[in-house]
Amino acid sequence: MAQAAIELIGINKSFGAVRANRDINLEIARGTIHGIVGENGAGKSTLMSILYGFYQADSGEIRVGGQPASIKSPNDAIALGIGMVHQHFMLVDNFTVLENVILGAESDALLKKSIAKARSELERLEREYGLEVDPDAIIEELPVGLQQRVEILKALYRGAEILILDEPTGVLTPAEADHLFRILRQLKEQGKTIVLITHKLREIMAITDTVSVMRQGTMVATRQTTKTTVGELAELMVGRRVLLRVEKGEAEAGGVKLAVKNLTVRDSRGVTMVDDVSFDVRAGEIVGIAGVAGNGQSEMLEAISGIRRAVSGSVMLDGKPIDLTGAADPGELRDRGLAHVPEDRHHVGLVLAFEENENSILGYHDDPRYVRGPFLDIDAIRDDARDKIAKYDIRPADCRLKTANFSGGNQQKIVLAREMEQDPGVLIVGQPTRGVDVGAIEFIHKRLIAMRDQGKAVLVVSVELDEIRSLSDRILVMFAGRIVGERGPEASEGELGLLMAGVEQREAAE
Amino acid sequence: MSMPYAKLPAWADYGLIPVINLAVAFLVAGFVVLLVGENPFRAAVVLVEGAFGRGQGIAFTLFYATTFIFSGLSVAVAAHCGLFNIGGEGQGYIAGLGIGIVCLAFDSVLPWWLTFPLAIVAAAAMGALWVLIPAYLQAKRGSHIVITTIMFNFIAASVMVYALVGFLKPAISMAPQTRTFLDGAQLPKLNWVIELFGAKIRSAPFNISFLLALAMAILVWVLIWRTRLGYEMRTYGHSAKAARYAGISETRIIIMAMMISGALAGMMALNPTMGDQHNVALEFVSGAGFVGIAVALMGRLHPVGIVLAAILFGMLYQGGAELAFEMPAISRDMIVIIQGLVILFAGALEHMFRPYVQALFASLSPRSVGIEAIKGKGA
Repeated sequence: MAQAAIELIGINKSFGAVRANRDINLEIARGTIHGIVGENGAGKSTLMSILYGFYQADSGEIRVGGQPASIKSPNDAIALGIGMVHQHFMLVDNFTVLENVILGAESDALLKKSIAKARSELERLEREYGLEVDPDAIIEELPVGLQQRVEILKALYRGAEILILDEPTGVLTPAEADHLFRILRQLKEQGKTIVLITHKLREIMAITDTVSVMRQGTMVATRQTTKTTVGELAELMVGRRVLLRVEKGEAEAGGVKLAVKNLTVRDSRGVTMVDDVSFDVRAGEIVGIAGVAGNGQSEMLEAISGIRRAVSGSVMLDGKPIDLTGAADPGELRDRGLAHVPEDRHHVGLVLAFEENENSILGYHDDPRYVRGPFLDIDAIRDDARDKIAKYDIRPADCRLKTANFSGGNQQKIVLAREMEQDPGVLIVGQPTRGVDVGAIEFIHKRLIAMRDQGKAVLVVSVELDEIRSLSDRILVMFAGRIVGERGPEASEGELGLLMAGVEQREAAE
Repeated sequence: MSMPYAKLPAWADYGLIPVINLAVAFLVAGFVVLLVGENPFRAAVVLVEGAFGRGQGIAFTLFYATTFIFSGLSVAVAAHCGLFNIGGEGQGYIAGLGIGIVCLAFDSVLPWWLTFPLAIVAAAAMGALWVLIPAYLQAKRGSHIVITTIMFNFIAASVMVYALVGFLKPAISMAPQTRTFLDGAQLPKLNWVIELFGAKIRSAPFNISFLLALAMAILVWVLIWRTRLGYEMRTYGHSAKAARYAGISETRIIIMAMMISGALAGMMALNPTMGDQHNVALEFVSGAGFVGIAVALMGRLHPVGIVLAAILFGMLYQGGAELAFEMPAISRDMIVIIQGLVILFAGALEHMFRPYVQALFASLSPRSVGIEAIKGKGA
């Protein structure tokens, strides 16, 4: 076995009484790709933050290249040759690639010399690793996949031998993800060590050499990737068997419940985000909208639910038209039986500072069940919240707890419980399982299927292609604000991936 | 990457942190007293004794506190809706116009207990109307409420000068103020309540508007935490996007919250006019509207906290006056410095010691969770 690039020995880290990392031992071999998987809150990010110097471990030892290391800040980590590519890119949008790369690593008071030096260094790096980025391109004009490569370049420019990638494929198309994996393999061949944090087991299987599984702050297992299976890893992550594929019967689609007609939406800068989109969702079916983030799905959902004003377009709800261009009121749409689980539960779907029970009436706070005249019926609200907590297994089961203190999955359940229990005719859901752990994903998927089987029209938007494929009865693919194709759930990932990337495969084939 | 926080138990959040802030403010103030050559400990004793030592002092402390409760509640109501009403001063001042007109019209014909409700309505209405334009501009045009309300303070000051040198002033008088109100517009004193406890009071302006202030504190609590309107205000205050999602009209909620805030600010004018001076004079608000900001922040936007913080600031006003009297080296301006320090530490630097206290609690307490920050809201 190759020499260890990093050894973590007996790492402990507590936040208050929560033990985020318990006695973690991990050895990452030099020149390998090492995956770390685990549910949200399992302690992966904490562990990597300790390694990168954001946090200090309460106890334990870090060895880099066999030498005990004291990493007190990211600067120490960089000096030791550890680089990190964050989930959310840390780039200056209006700077060029080159400027971003040298940012913080300028060698002179005047920029000119650093830039010249960086340019030649950058060209060497790009050649060596096949990174293919124009050094003079402005960041905001680059697609996400390329922005990510700039992050990798930044780390390499600072002499990183060990590269940590935190959920790197969340924002990428399948094709971009493949390209990233090629780059990672190339880096590995050059002797770099790569740590890949992810919750996507397929990626782990595809690219890693070794995989470590974390659960509730402990390292539960480390396996050779070739000697394990997706099923085993999932079980290790959750601690019990999980259904990876949703079980559902045939859809019995009825009449059209929701019809979106000629919807066009522009953002605040006047850029057309949704371009003349029309589609139907029938009773008893789930329609999934696939697409890479940023292709207009968010804006479309916001327009359909009345949050964002459309330039043109209307929705037919149960046969009655509602114009979306005027002062469409989310409250009115809600009254007409449209329930909406927004993509951004932290700022839109919930008020995190509220108690759980207060959030369980958000949007329905004028409902006669919850009010007496101008007053809130606190008892009724809390009883109702307790019912939902029991029915949706929201934990902790405390309706007086601040919403911010629930985990991502439980927060999502709070929103879902609220919207589903209104017994709406149409349910639209944005990113149903973003930031939600495996156990809760299974629950949420089952609930969505149950809604469908009750004859509701369900519209799901997700950037997780797997989720779209396993939930949907019909899949619409969105690209650059348009619906570029409709497929059945049996469509292959490659086919959908091409559509998502804007390649009109059908036309090409015909 | 955000730092993990430990949540504080309520008693530490609402009790310990304000006390720490206050202690530091007094510590720094002590150094200032030392600099001018006085003994800071004796100064502290004089201050506290001046405010609470005798019945007279207590009555004055509560008299000042009355005004601060109104202005603190005013700031708090707007803040719960994510709005910063910095125009309490002007809203209170312009309310003097409504009070003046009501009192001058009715003090000779009605008893105080009929004039008072009319004056309350007039004061609240004037305060609410005065904030209507800034609120409308914020809701419809996005003009920042901080800018507009502070500009309206100046307009209010000019309007009041115009009124007080004009139609409100008796024709024969040289002073820019109304005539003295008759008995029908003089509020009964509450000094006897303090005297029940055995204290002696020569004369103090502590009056029945204190009870109105306490009633408003209760009503504000009910409004914020028990009504649909309060729920909508809090939703909007925490997240404008969530409010939009919930179908809450931005225009309506901004205007409602600001008008309630303005009405409360207007009511603070009752205390110095009908309760104390028995006239409406120039500059009668004398900064109480701004003190309300510190009171609201220090009281953590909760009515109970606001009442306590208002009493603290009443103490500073009353004790400060005694201090200036007892220690000649400490001028009236020094008192302003001390008050400024309290505002600085309790208001502006409210969160300075929080991380340390949290770190301390994190190592002791069993729950580690995120905290919410007090949210400043842009246009």
